[in-house]
Amino acid sequence: MLGDGTVVEGEGFGASATAFGEVVFNTGMVGYTETLTDPSYGGQILSLTYPLVGNYGVPRPSPDGAGIPGTFESDRIQARGLVVHGLAETASHWRLHVTLDEWLHSEGVPGIAGVDTRELAKKLRSGGVMMGALCASDEPIDAQEVLGRLGRAEKYGSGRYVREVSAKTVSEYGSGEPVVVIDAGAKNAILRNIVSMGYRAVRVPWDYTAEQVMSHSPRGIVVSNGPGDPQMCPETASTVGKLVSEGVPALGICLGAQIMGLAGGAGTYKLKYGHRGQNKPCLEEGTGRVYVTSQNHGYCIDPDSLRGSEYGLWFRNSDDGTVEGIRHLEKPAVAVQFHPEASPGPYDCRFVFEKLAELMGGR
Amino acid sequence: MPRSESLGSVLVLGSGAIKIGEAGEFDYSGSQCLKALREDGIRSVLINPNIATIQTDTRFADRVYLLPVTPEYVESLIESERPDGVMLAYGGQTALNCGVKLDESGALARHGIRVLGTPVDGIKRTEDRQMFKDSMSECGVPVLRSSTVSDFEGAKEAAARLGYPVIVRVAYTLGGKGGGVAHNEIELHEIVGRGINASMVGQVLVEEYVGHWKQIEYEVMRDAESNSVIVCNMENVLSMRVHTGDNVVVAPSQTLDNSEYHAMRTASLRATGHVGIVGECNIQYALDPGSDRYAAIEINPRLSRSSALASKATGYPLAYMSAKIGLGYTLPELENRITKSTTACFEPSLDYVVCKHPRWDFSKFERANRRLGPTMKSVGEVMAVGRTFEESLQKAVRMLDAGRDGMALNRLAEPDLSDEELERALADPDDQILHRVAQALGRGVPTQRIYSLSSIDPWFVEKLRGIVEASRSVSLEPRRLLELKRMGFSDRQIARASGSDERRVRRARKDAGVLPSVKQIDTLAAEWPAKTNYLYMTYGGSSHDVSPPGGGVLVLGAGPYRIGSSVEFDWGTVNMVWGLQENGAGDVSVVNCNPETVSTDYDICSRLYFEELTLERILDIAEFEGSRGVVTCVGGQTANNLTLDLDGAGVRLLGTAARDVDRAENRSTFSTELDKLHIRQPRWQALSSVSEAKEFAREVGYPVLVRPSYVLSGAAMRVVWSPSGLSEYARSVPSPSPDHPVVISKFMLDSLELDVDGVCDGRRVVIGAIVEHIDRAGVHSGDAMMCIPPWRLDNRVMEEVAEYTRKIALTFNVRGPFNLQFLVHDGTVYVIELNIRASRSMPFVSKMSRTNLISMASGAILGGDLPEVPDGAWRTPGYCIKAPQFSFMQLDGADIVLGVEMQSTGEAACFGESFYDALAKALTSVGYGLPSEGAALVTAGGARAKEKLLGTVALLAKLGFRVLATEHTAEFFRQRLEGPVETVHKISEPDREPNIADLLHGRKIDFIINVPSTSTMEKYAGMLDDEYQIRRKALEMGVPVLTTTELAESFVRTLEWLKSNVTTRRPLEPYLR
Repeated sequence: MLGDGTVVEGEGFGASATAFGEVVFNTGMVGYTETLTDPSYGGQILSLTYPLVGNYGVPRPSPDGAGIPGTFESDRIQARGLVVHGLAETASHWRLHVTLDEWLHSEGVPGIAGVDTRELAKKLRSGGVMMGALCASDEPIDAQEVLGRLGRAEKYGSGRYVREVSAKTVSEYGSGEPVVVIDAGAKNAILRNIVSMGYRAVRVPWDYTAEQVMSHSPRGIVVSNGPGDPQMCPETASTVGKLVSEGVPALGICLGAQIMGLAGGAGTYKLKYGHRGQNKPCLEEGTGRVYVTSQNHGYCIDPDSLRGSEYGLWFRNSDDGTVEGIRHLEKPAVAVQFHPEASPGPYDCRFVFEKLAELMGGR
Repeated sequence: MPRSESLGSVLVLGSGAIKIGEAGEFDYSGSQCLKALREDGIRSVLINPNIATIQTDTRFADRVYLLPVTPEYVESLIESERPDGVMLAYGGQTALNCGVKLDESGALARHGIRVLGTPVDGIKRTEDRQMFKDSMSECGVPVLRSSTVSDFEGAKEAAARLGYPVIVRVAYTLGGKGGGVAHNEIELHEIVGRGINASMVGQVLVEEYVGHWKQIEYEVMRDAESNSVIVCNMENVLSMRVHTGDNVVVAPSQTLDNSEYHAMRTASLRATGHVGIVGECNIQYALDPGSDRYAAIEINPRLSRSSALASKATGYPLAYMSAKIGLGYTLPELENRITKSTTACFEPSLDYVVCKHPRWDFSKFERANRRLGPTMKSVGEVMAVGRTFEESLQKAVRMLDAGRDGMALNRLAEPDLSDEELERALADPDDQILHRVAQALGRGVPTQRIYSLSSIDPWFVEKLRGIVEASRSVSLEPRRLLELKRMGFSDRQIARASGSDERRVRRARKDAGVLPSVKQIDTLAAEWPAKTNYLYMTYGGSSHDVSPPGGGVLVLGAGPYRIGSSVEFDWGTVNMVWGLQENGAGDVSVVNCNPETVSTDYDICSRLYFEELTLERILDIAEFEGSRGVVTCVGGQTANNLTLDLDGAGVRLLGTAARDVDRAENRSTFSTELDKLHIRQPRWQALSSVSEAKEFAREVGYPVLVRPSYVLSGAAMRVVWSPSGLSEYARSVPSPSPDHPVVISKFMLDSLELDVDGVCDGRRVVIGAIVEHIDRAGVHSGDAMMCIPPWRLDNRVMEEVAEYTRKIALTFNVRGPFNLQFLVHDGTVYVIELNIRASRSMPFVSKMSRTNLISMASGAILGGDLPEVPDGAWRTPGYCIKAPQFSFMQLDGADIVLGVEMQSTGEAACFGESFYDALAKALTSVGYGLPSEGAALVTAGGARAKEKLLGTVALLAKLGFRVLATEHTAEFFRQRLEGPVETVHKISEPDREPNIADLLHGRKIDFIINVPSTSTMEKYAGMLDDEYQIRRKALEMGVPVLTTTELAESFVRTLEWLKSNVTTRRPLEPYLR
């Protein structure tokens, strides 16, 4: 059910439960495991436009050498509900551990299948993203009652999801010089990329102070992705602002980019229906090169606000011209709105991590 | 403006005649390339002898040359046209190989011509097997273990090292030509021998065989500034075992997870960057189904069948974009043609699943091996779009128009195989493989067992299981009906299961509100608004994406390419759309399901439905559209066959009335009308028993022609020479019945055959041309060489033919295009058949007579008057000759002797000032070498054939050719001719020397005249094995074989002409639209 009163029926799967959240759509054709575990989907009900989902099932979360689980971007499903057209009842893959249905069931997340998710995407495209309820039940569902609860549910924009998804304690991965990851809902792939460059990833909570971060003597910091409105994270912005002005090399990703922008005097706003998919072209200012990126964001840095801020434009979205990356005018700090860590999505933007390494004087 | 300012004119190489592995997709890619050039104000020059294509209309190209795509002809064009650049990527392997040769000979450098797109160096790094492997290793892309070898010894060593089985791949060929899987040394010997011969560089690659691995493809676009995107990835359902051209392909991949998908995606970008692709290419991978291991198999540095499929599957016009990149544009500068607002530098996101299914025509080929493997054998394909795999696949099966309604509930039962036979069929796939899987599922064979036998991923097997199980619980209850429709069941299948009929199911379904939705193919899964008119229908939707204005015209295309229905019908479809638009029809939409076509380019018409050409779906579309009329006369027999049913369902048809079409198709009404007009026809009778047939044949005398009524391209047609032959025929076809009568007619030996293509508006008849077949009657018209104007007919016969044509067209109230076939026997004219629709020869006739018949027909269909065309206006100076292209090499075992069943896959046609001028070029275009000296082997069965060849053999000797012949033939010629005739021995007598086999292997024979005795023409009476062996061996060695006396004579006379003449090389003039 959508906030505008639209009711769509289908077959439930996963857990019998009712979820409330902002309904968003993603146009990626693979990578539902990675997508569902992406903490940036906290507070959201995810609809996939690709019509066949669950084909290869869900693998076992086997950790790599550094102790970071492959495929899974966090330790649980972060989206509150899943909307698909066709759910694969049987799955086939050598990595298969459980089916998607079983996984959602065990994680207590409801799903709905048999929905024309293209039609849903068109509705969100024209009406903008909106709150919705996903109700999977063996019993008859009282639509009016659920709609009533939906009206009372917390609005996505006012939710402070970062505190729900961020690490509560510090943890470290890999070996080498430390890079602090300020975890606003960090995907494991960010840690993997740092480790694979030969650094030690130190994951710290979102509300760590600059002093606490510096106590780890980091070569640089990464401000991670995460859910919700960046303006709900003033603590993080303040930490990041201080570290950047002190010249600590910094990379912001997605929400992290918005937070860096806010800290540097730029503004942010909410997009009508966001960018969620694996096929998004981003144009690099100055070189004219276009990179295909993985994206998942509902908020964005205001291009007009960059004038007079500490940052200049680095990347733009080729489709709608929105800001996809910024560079600090003086300090060694860059940020991208897209996901250079991929997972899911193309690996074309690994160079962003190499850029961080360069800023850190690593190579 | 193009980024490269220095380009004034550009030469585009076409792909020539259609063959297996190189089909209509190159009309699509070439046409898009020409469009891209024109947009940029660049003068385009096209060389392509495939007269039935859209690209050789003078609409897109500024200059068209119907000439062979060979280095010699291309260089002569370079000299006369002085282009600044050349496009090599749009004419398949033919164009690419020609380009490489021109580069190697220094011709391109000599004339200062730039190769636009991937440079020749890059082409070589992908085409040369060893260079490819080295390049991949350099950029860290894994490859399979292998060795490049140039002889059997090397191959043997390599195979021993790699371990059997091994796969042999051939450099610079298309469709896996010449390659194969060897399980032992004997097989290796055969395949390596064949492969080295097929290779341009005498090289083959022996590689570890990974048949059970997944076969995955990526389509890459890359510009000169290194921006690159993946337009589409695809998964082959039948794994690595089967060539992708013969595979059932889905897009996007279904069983790959994120890490696999993106690992190969990234490798694709690395690989293409490393070899220096500029434009489009296809990369193929093998992926281990049990680990992360994958390996790059090959890169096609050009537009391909896969890229045509990817274009249609995603809506991303690969060929057009690739051409723009060739001109110097970068991807970010180009616009997404679907949204018209976003950039072309992105990766399409699909919200549907596409299924491509090949179409094979093995039944046309005597002795052909139906097994699928690394050599492509299919002659066409269909693409279905749906929102479940089941829906896509079942739609695809119907689109094939090969007698099945889906994966279950078909009209005919599957063959009665034992469990053991069934398992063998799963392990050694042929064209029926998916139906065998369904059959096994029906018997309860577990998925894992099917997987281990067939290497078909369990995910696909489970989907098939779903279909098989659903087919057992069919009901018309609305919820169930919707479930069934979402799995792609047709009303007809549902009717069959529920003991109803299609019409009743349709009514019940509509009453229950179970209706398909119309969705856009918009490249980006609805993320941005798209104005696209590129549509499909699905039951997996809750609303329509578009709302048509109503009152438009719907044109039905021809469906998959197959023997007898090829690119010429696409030419007809597209020209009909253009003609209707130019005649003021306004809103014109197209339905077609063949991804290799121009008619499925969405910028041709108002709305394009990539859909089934079935009654159910056409009714769905016509109702949704509120069409004012449907055109069924340009889509070959597939569209034509719907005429009566559509009419019966109350759809308004534009063109000749359904009743009149039926009167012409029905042998007895047709015959009655001819009798009334006092027009002769060979004696015939409709029969429902063998004894009646024998009685008739005794009366008129053998041979007789037998066939079922309602046929296209000679399906199940036979020439029968004896009563026992008739009995045998009767056993081979479904039993004749009053509903499906068999027609038997006198087969007139030694006749000339003629075709007339024309247009009628119900009052006036315009004759496009009278076309004479060079081969004797009995060779199917699709396989015969044809000539305009007739060169052996006198004026009286021509006038009679013209007169008959006018009478018949008016009698049948033809409104639109038609084709009439005649026989001329001893100066008497007989009518064989009337087809009230566009014919195969219409592009040929239109181009030669400078009058676009389809364009004219579009006016007549709309009720307009035809222009007044003076009698004989078509008789322009010069000759135009059409020659068939065969693809026997791809079909191991197939015999090349021609008969009443059509076997050619394509054709080429060339103009000339004289008959031989045109013929020389036409022969070259379809692959005949025209030697100026050397040796010819002559073998002929029966005195009659030998007698007929006397003149030809004498001329051969006079021209200085050595004449070789087998014992009896040699004896015959020695007695009657002066000059030496050397005796050679049969392949079946290997101890006697000189032996034909050795001579062939030693390349001591330049061409062969092998005219089989009449007894071999009766194919069921068994073939003389020796003759067959000579033909097959010659084919494998690439030596031309001439199997009719007429062709042999024409061929040798052409050689004579070439002794003192040079072929002309003039362009096709613009002709009337």
